[in-house]
This record gives sequence, C-alpha cells and structure tokens, in this order.
Amino acid sequence: MQRNPQLNANGELQHLLSIEGLPREILLQILDTAESFVGVTEREVKKVPLLRGKSVFNLFFEASTRTRTTFEIAAKRLSADVINLNITVSSATKGESLLDTVANLSAMQADIFIVRHESSGAPFLIARHVKPHEHVINAGDGRHAHPTQGLLDLYTIRHYKKDFSKLTVAIVGDILHSRVARSLIHGLTTLGAPEVRVIAPQTLLPAGVEALGVRVFHDMRAGVKDADVVVMLRLQNERMRGALLPSAQEFNKHYGLTGDKLALARPDAIVMHPGPMNRGVEIDSTVADGPHSVILPQVTFGIAVRMAVMSIVAGN
Amino acid sequence: MKLHIKNGRVVDPASGKDSAGDVYIADGRISASFAKADKTIDAKGLVVAPGLIDLSVRLREPGLEYKATLESEMDAAVAGGVTSLACPPDTDPPLDEPGLVDMLRRRAKALTRARVYPVGALSVKLAGEALTEMAQLAEAGCVAFSQANVPLRDTQVLWRALQYAATFGFPVWLRAEDVWLAKGGVAHDGEVATRLGLPGIPPFAETVALGTLLELVRATRARVHVCRLSTSGAVELVRRAKAEGLPVTCDVGIHHVHLCDLDLGYFDSHCRLEPPLRSQRDRDALSRALAEGVVDCLCSDHTPVDEDGKHLPFAQAEPGATGLELLLPLTLKWGQAQGLSLAATLARITAEPARILGVSSGRLAVGAPGDLVLFDPAAAVRIAAETLKSQGKNTPFLGYELAGRVRTTIVAGNVVYES
Repeated sequence: MQRNPQLNANGELQHLLSIEGLPREILLQILDTAESFVGVTEREVKKVPLLRGKSVFNLFFEASTRTRTTFEIAAKRLSADVINLNITVSSATKGESLLDTVANLSAMQADIFIVRHESSGAPFLIARHVKPHEHVINAGDGRHAHPTQGLLDLYTIRHYKKDFSKLTVAIVGDILHSRVARSLIHGLTTLGAPEVRVIAPQTLLPAGVEALGVRVFHDMRAGVKDADVVVMLRLQNERMRGALLPSAQEFNKHYGLTGDKLALARPDAIVMHPGPMNRGVEIDSTVADGPHSVILPQVTFGIAVRMAVMSIVAGN
Repeated sequence: MKLHIKNGRVVDPASGKDSAGDVYIADGRISASFAKADKTIDAKGLVVAPGLIDLSVRLREPGLEYKATLESEMDAAVAGGVTSLACPPDTDPPLDEPGLVDMLRRRAKALTRARVYPVGALSVKLAGEALTEMAQLAEAGCVAFSQANVPLRDTQVLWRALQYAATFGFPVWLRAEDVWLAKGGVAHDGEVATRLGLPGIPPFAETVALGTLLELVRATRARVHVCRLSTSGAVELVRRAKAEGLPVTCDVGIHHVHLCDLDLGYFDSHCRLEPPLRSQRDRDALSRALAEGVVDCLCSDHTPVDEDGKHLPFAQAEPGATGLELLLPLTLKWGQAQGLSLAATLARITAEPARILGVSSGRLAVGAPGDLVLFDPAAAVRIAAETLKSQGKNTPFLGYELAGRVRTTIVAGNVVYES
C-alpha cells in the first residue's frame, strides 16, 4: 500500500484530502485547534496573523457559494490573501487541463489550494503534482469526500454531546451520492462512535456500504429511534424524480425528517444538515427551525474548523 | 536462409514437449534438422518457444498516432516476444472498410516485425446500426469481427450480425457488458468504489449481457469469442455453455488475473481499465478458470494511452494499459502461482490463441511458421517508462521487477529483436 498522500514524512498533515486514513490524534488536533479559533470569530477584531503573507487560492471547478465563502472568510481571518477562481467559467471551458491550471497558479506563488471538483479523487491528483511547500485542501470531490464538512460535523457533535463513545448517529437520505456522509462516517468510526446508522431506500445506498462500519436501515422510524444525532442530507433536485426516486413527496413521506419522526429520537437529540436545505423534502421547517436544530451553529463552527485546517497544514 | 537454434530448452505448448534440444528453421518455417546452417544461435540457458500470440493489441493506427504509432508498437511487440497479434477495430476511423484494412496490413507488412491480424468492425463506424461488408473485409484480411469496447445496444442488430457472420462462418469477438447497467460506471461496484466515491459497474452488467449473447449463439450457432471476462459469474456461464457444446471461446486480460479493485489505491488512473478491475474473488476465479481451460487464453489488451489521457481524475482518465512487453513475464507469474508446467503456462499465449485465430503458428511442429521467442525465464525485467518500447507508458506495474526477459524474437526465420 502506498503511503497516505495526506501525510508528510513525519506523519503530519501536509494536505487534507479525506478523513479516511487520518489518525485519531490528527482529527482531535484539528477539533482542538478549531475550538481555540471559535473565540477569535466572536471578537470584535476577528483576525489573527497566522497566515499573513500567504496566498490561498480557492479553486472551484464546481459551483458553490457557501463552501467557497466560508473558506474565504476563514482564510481572511487568518490574514491570508485570498484569490477566488471560478474555473467552470474560465480555463476548463477553454480546454486547459487540470494540472496545467494548477501549475500556472503555482507559478503565481500559491501556498494553499482549496479545491472543489466534480470528479472523485481530483484533489489527490493535484496533491501529487504540487510543490513540496504547497498544500491542498479538499473542499469536496465528486461523491468521495468533503473532509472539512465532516470535521465541522464532528466539531458540532462534540460541542453538544462532549463524548463520542456512547453516541448513536443516524445519517438519512442520499448516501449514494454524498461525500458529506462518507466523510462523517469515517470521522465517527475513527473517533469511536459505537453506532453509526445510514437510513435510505436501496436506490440511494452504495454497494457494500456496511463495510464502512455502518448499520443500514430502510425504515426511518426504526433508524432514528433513540438516536443522539440525526444528520439529514441534501437531496439534489435532479434526483427527486427518475430511476432513483419516484417523487419528492414520496421521499418526504418516508425519509423526510418531521416532528413525529424526530420524537422517536432521544429527547436531547440534535438535528444537523450540511445545507443548503430543501424544506419540505428532506426536512420540515418545524424541525429545521425547531429547538433540536443546530444547523446554523454548524455554519459558524465551519469557519473555525477551516481556519484550524489551514493553519495546521501551513505549519507542517 | 537456414537458421539453427541450439542448446535451448525447447518448449512446445501444443505437444507439451519440454526438453533440451535444437530447433531448425528453413525458408521461414520450422524444419527437420539440417547439417549446414546460414546462422546459428546459441540458446544456452534460454527457453525456446513459439512466438507469443496476442489477441488484443491496439496499434492506434489509423488516426490515433499521438497515442502510438505502428512503428513504436510493432517494436514493443517483438521486444515482448509477440510474433502475431490481432488488432481490434477501434481506430479512427474504425476498421470498417476494406481499404483501411488493406492499408494497415501493407504498412504492418512493410515493417517486417510481428504478423498483424486485423479484426474488422462488426457494424459501420462501430455504431451498432448497419452491418459492415464482412465478406469483403475478410477478403482484405480481417480474421474476425468485433465491436471492440463499443457497446452494441440494439439486440436485434446483434442477432442479425451473428446470423450474417454465421452464414460465412466468420468468428465474432465481443465483450459482454450491458450498456445500461454499466452506464456512468468507472469501477467495480463494491466496497472500494463506495469508499472512493466512484460510480460502479455491477458484476451483473457482464452476466446479463453474456446471457443474452449466449442465447443468441444458441439461436444462430455463430462462432463467438467472448473478450476480457471480468467476473466469476461470467466464468460459470461460459463453463455451462461449453459443456452444452455451444461454439464459444473466451479470453481474459493479463491485468485481470493479477489485480483487483483494491489496487486502485488512491485513485491510480493506471488501474482505470475496461472492463474494470473487480473483486479479489473474481480475480481468483478468472485465474483458476484459465488454468482449467474454461477461459481459453490470455491477452495483453494492449492500450497505449498518452500521459495527458492518464493525468486526469480517475473517472475522466482514458481507460487501458500498455501490455505487449508485460505479457510474457505476467503470464509466467500467473502460471507459477497456479502451479502449472511451463508448457501449459505458455499454451495460453501461444497454442490456444492460435487455435482461436485459426492460424498454424503457436507450435513448433515441422512446417509451422518459423516464429519463435527465446527468453531467460529467471532474468528480471524492471518495468520502467524509459525502457518500454511502446509509446504507452501506462501500466499499473511501473517500477515492478518481473521474471522473464526476452532475448531474441524470430518471425518467419528472421531475427526481428535481440537484447
């Protein structure tokens, strides 16, 4: 087996490409560092000089406003210079190859590349070709991984539940296409959560998903029963009607998080969602805006987590 | 020209013979012993065997010369000990007109290296709609008809194509993959693809298509060679079809008896192959079936791809691996793992593919074509981009040391490669 391409020769985080394969200590280091940054984001002057003089390139081959913005805010709070590139409308459409684009930006003295790409594994390819002092952070690749989202989910769970060792976490919806689900599952199993459940119809579950260390439920009521954490996934519009699902309504009826289904979870259960939400499809407004919802705190923590990841890789 | 090869370990897979001895070639054919040779080769320490026959080699001409040229790939062939090769029709344009086939054969012949047997397109432009002029293509030199890796969606066209080919007795070489079940997939649909977030191709994409194909063979009695099996389920279907007496043969690609989906590692685009690398269980079933003879032969499925085609995210990377120069060492490695004799091992890349091609090479009998490979079974070859003659450097085995080094390749009694 090849060496984990995310780690340098000292076993430190060189790139953040996937939560899978990262040791528990590194995950905890990121979460602890993020905790120290939460204070910064609440100050009047929300800046620390850790990345002063460094250039962070937001390299988004797939459109995203929310993730790109949170990375941008995180980098600016670390005093880095941020350059946003929306590649879908620039070089890729002119036929420039992925690696040529990266080489050109590298020649502009980049320090950190934040990469989002529609194709699973693209950040690994880039990480193999950047210079030794450059760092790659995966901001979502295909169905594969979205490690900073997974980390902010872990951060949120730890914030509210303190300890992973007794938790039951239920992840509901389109697992098949979800990089968020994959990253969170790897994080939870690494940090010792004893029961991770995935709840979906067979059409939205990938082959052999049990091998990731999860229990599979097709019945949502059974799946959310006594859960401490319920994570709802976004259902993409184009998948609501077709060979995977007959309709958004039928999905909502069986797999949407409604107040009565949530009542089966533990009384102190938290409800999470990576956003953007489809209200009335995977989650009802009463739940999204209700007392169990921690969806907005997730966004706030996301900035601290991304600050932590950038400062850690830049220091290694 | 009379050639005498002496002191070798002569292995003839067709007869099972494996003994010290000499081989004589006169007028391009293997002959009885003679006293006075024009040239003598001392094969001490070397295996003397029939030249290898590879049923799937992409030469990339015409049209795809930026990936490889006839010159580079014919050099690679003889460097790998391959003296006869069949090339699939997925060139640009595809081999669907007699003129193209004729030109390819002339170009290949002028290079005087390996023998080239073109496989003609089964449908015009490989589009799966209209039949090609198979009889005229056969006159131009096509030995079989195929869709290469391009799926034939319309089962009625497939049925008619098999009927038409059966009328003339032409063999049809097809891969079995249901185009709908495989749609969008780039890797074996299993735990590895799930972990890597790669769209999967389920194993039943192969068995569903193979079931259809075998039913059509039953109806038409067309001679069908099933290319590149990848699943244990397909092996069982072929086993039953052969027991029933259907005119079916099959092969497996050299990578699929050595590698599985776990070898994708961290998205190694060299492992992006068609069909995809499947589970360990499938790999082991293919290896065994090849040893048992249910799978008839091995081929390199040689597919040179330029660097730009592989320096892409896994799903976008162009499928295929270079294989001509790895066929011998990887076959030896497989035979050793299966505990087979050298003669039985080599049969899968000599006598067996010769039988499928319907040619008289692949054996050392007197009168057979004087095509030989002399190799050192113990000497290691290091697989490296700098040493591969093929223009394609794309192989999952880069950096490996494999046993089995070709020393001399002879085609029609002429030495075409020496190292």
